[in-house]
Amino acid sequence: MQEKVLMKGNEALAEAAILAGCRHYFGYPITPQTEVAAYMSKKMPKIGGVFLQAESEIAAINMVYGVAATGKRAMTSSSSPGIALKCEGISYLAGSDLPALIVNVQRGGPGLGGIQPSQSDYFLATRGPGHGDFHVLVLAPASVQEMADMTLKGFELAEKYRMPCMLLADGTMGQMMEPVVLPDPVELDKTPKDWAVTGTECKREHHIVNSLYLSPAELEKLNLERFERYKKIEEEECMWEEYMMEDADICIVSCGITARVSRNAILEARKQGIKVGMIRPITLWPFPKKPLLAAADKVKSFVSVELNMGQMKEDIELAIRCKKPVYGCTRVGGMITTVDDILAAIKSAAEKGEE
Amino acid sequence: MAEHQIIIAGFGGQGLLFSGKVLAYAGLAEDRQLSWLPSYGPEMRGGTANCTVILSDEPIGSPIVDHPNVVMVMNNPSLDKYENMVAPGGKLFVDSALIARKVERSDIDVYYIPATQLAKDMGAPALANMILLGALVKETSCVSEENFEAGLRHAVPPRKADLIDLNLKAIEIGKNYNQA
Amino acid sequence: MAVVFEKPKALTDAVLHYCPGCTHGIVHRLVAEVIDELGIEGKTIGIAPVGCSVFAYNYFTCDMVEAAHGRAPAVATGVKRSDPEKIVFTYQGDGDLASIGMCETVHSAARGENITIIFINNAIYGMTGGQMAPTSLPGQVTQTSPYGRNTETQGYPIRVCELLSELDGPAYLERVTVNNVKNVRNAKKAIKKAFRNQLEGKGFSLVEVLSSCPTNWGMTPQQALDWIDEKMIPYYPLGVYRDKDGENNG
Repeated sequence: MQEKVLMKGNEALAEAAILAGCRHYFGYPITPQTEVAAYMSKKMPKIGGVFLQAESEIAAINMVYGVAATGKRAMTSSSSPGIALKCEGISYLAGSDLPALIVNVQRGGPGLGGIQPSQSDYFLATRGPGHGDFHVLVLAPASVQEMADMTLKGFELAEKYRMPCMLLADGTMGQMMEPVVLPDPVELDKTPKDWAVTGTECKREHHIVNSLYLSPAELEKLNLERFERYKKIEEEECMWEEYMMEDADICIVSCGITARVSRNAILEARKQGIKVGMIRPITLWPFPKKPLLAAADKVKSFVSVELNMGQMKEDIELAIRCKKPVYGCTRVGGMITTVDDILAAIKSAAEKGEE
Repeated sequence: MAEHQIIIAGFGGQGLLFSGKVLAYAGLAEDRQLSWLPSYGPEMRGGTANCTVILSDEPIGSPIVDHPNVVMVMNNPSLDKYENMVAPGGKLFVDSALIARKVERSDIDVYYIPATQLAKDMGAPALANMILLGALVKETSCVSEENFEAGLRHAVPPRKADLIDLNLKAIEIGKNYNQA
Repeated sequence: MAVVFEKPKALTDAVLHYCPGCTHGIVHRLVAEVIDELGIEGKTIGIAPVGCSVFAYNYFTCDMVEAAHGRAPAVATGVKRSDPEKIVFTYQGDGDLASIGMCETVHSAARGENITIIFINNAIYGMTGGQMAPTSLPGQVTQTSPYGRNTETQGYPIRVCELLSELDGPAYLERVTVNNVKNVRNAKKAIKKAFRNQLEGKGFSLVEVLSSCPTNWGMTPQQALDWIDEKMIPYYPLGVYRDKDGENNG
């Protein structure tokens, strides 16, 4: 057990990646996640690891692809505009069934947008960031502790299911400092993976890491197999946290920084006699549909608090099969929902009831 | 007070984020719940800068504060921005060497300390932030004196360790400044 | 009975899909012969591109990775940095290396990555059916330059070896061709040097091979080989553009 230390979210995730056994980091500077690259550039050379500032986001994700093909843990980090560039490589990782960790410390968009916190890449992350039909695991930390814990978890899940994982944070999570207990160092199994390119030593058939299948039947089969895996993930790997849901009439659904602000609003609303709780998705894909559907039988309505124009709201409506109304409480462009914003949304929901 | 919600604001380069870090490390030494959130981006490069520190006995919800109960300001724009945000009954610390105007509100406690002048007088003009912080800790008791010093020792990077004594001296000046 | 000719061990039994008269087959064989002669098959990892040689992963017996279009040098960088003991090569065409992947090409060269790049320059996009390449010659007729490459609107061809020779990073840059026996022998020497350089830790080595594409050039195989002599070599002179060995040896 490590001691409690004070760290920025970006640094905690970088250190957690190292503790998770990742020795290969490739990145390109972009606010608000540059601390990750800075931390890696300082640490990696001292522990025999690789830090490489790539010529572009595209090159960085393809270097990750190269390391992942050899069966080792690799990662890259960026912020929204840079993640858009990585999407090609993420699709190839998914198509070649390679694990990797991609960190997205989101900022406001579209275009160059701004540099302040945002959750506007929710769709991009949860719908499969790139061309083709696929998913990546999406983890949404809501504290510096979770920045570290989810980094470790992300590597584990990515490897377990041989697919990319995106840590979807926002500028606040990256920049803030909180006390954190870092994970213990992971001892990785060094046995070569039976799919990785490690050199045949002229003792086995060659391994091919590839996403090209010109036979439609073969490609369909591979896609179906992948979606069987996704089904299992949806059943077994959903993570969420429930807060004051026991007697709640209104259920807030929120992740990351807005879930943190929502806690204050919930306490304030309860002081005013409104019974509010929260379901905080920690995995955004797979989306925790079951607890939401179960909540739909108990609460009168849902309020989706998010830093985009209502992207997660659609997933909530799908999850609860539109049994109850879902109201939105959103800010965009780098603005963050305030306690007052959320309180107003809660009061409005309380007045409307199940309308 | 169960929760101190502190905002420290001024120009980039005045050591505001560092001041917040001292409080954060002091909070860590006290084993309290805490968060430290800086402003970031181009505004850090010569513009206004601020950070929010929350010290609490309960798990911290939002690291963002809309109505801080402790505010320390080191330039005019920051006073203009935060004066009306201070929670009623809160405490506002003003570097009166840099901010000429008086605070208009009467429902908060205001402390005028010419920190930048006092820092010049002691021959360490860069330590105005620590003078104000000394006054802030004394008046709010947000952390114990012992942990305050521990926080300072943590926050100062090793290559600047020789400046710790000077920082402690600045803190003393802030603590002992008599507004009368 | 003495065996006088056989398939290199580093090539699989898969039947090559290349068109009749295409020189990809020759270059594949040269790479495989070099891998055999250096005894590195078991520790070699190849990176296949997008383009006509996309299926290279089926033809070499070593471990292979298929890269996204133009990204082979970045993927090779990842593989090599993951395991510096392995011999990592990319096999790329002109669209892959000099157009969509130029950024990765230049930067892997500038970093002096200890990898080997086999660059097939046939002045055309083969796989998609004969469109203009970054190396298509001025006036060359292709599907997307039907009136001939107009340098005023479509710019000039890129001479990759010359361009990279401006950088301090590369250890070895040579342009060769495979349009006759003598040139094939020279090409093999260059490819072998490019692999040996990596074994010896010398750094970035690139061999540009002027190749033929009879199908998309609209020529017979022999005409295509002649066209290399008549048109390509004058624009793309053969020779060594960088050899840190040579420079060091004075």
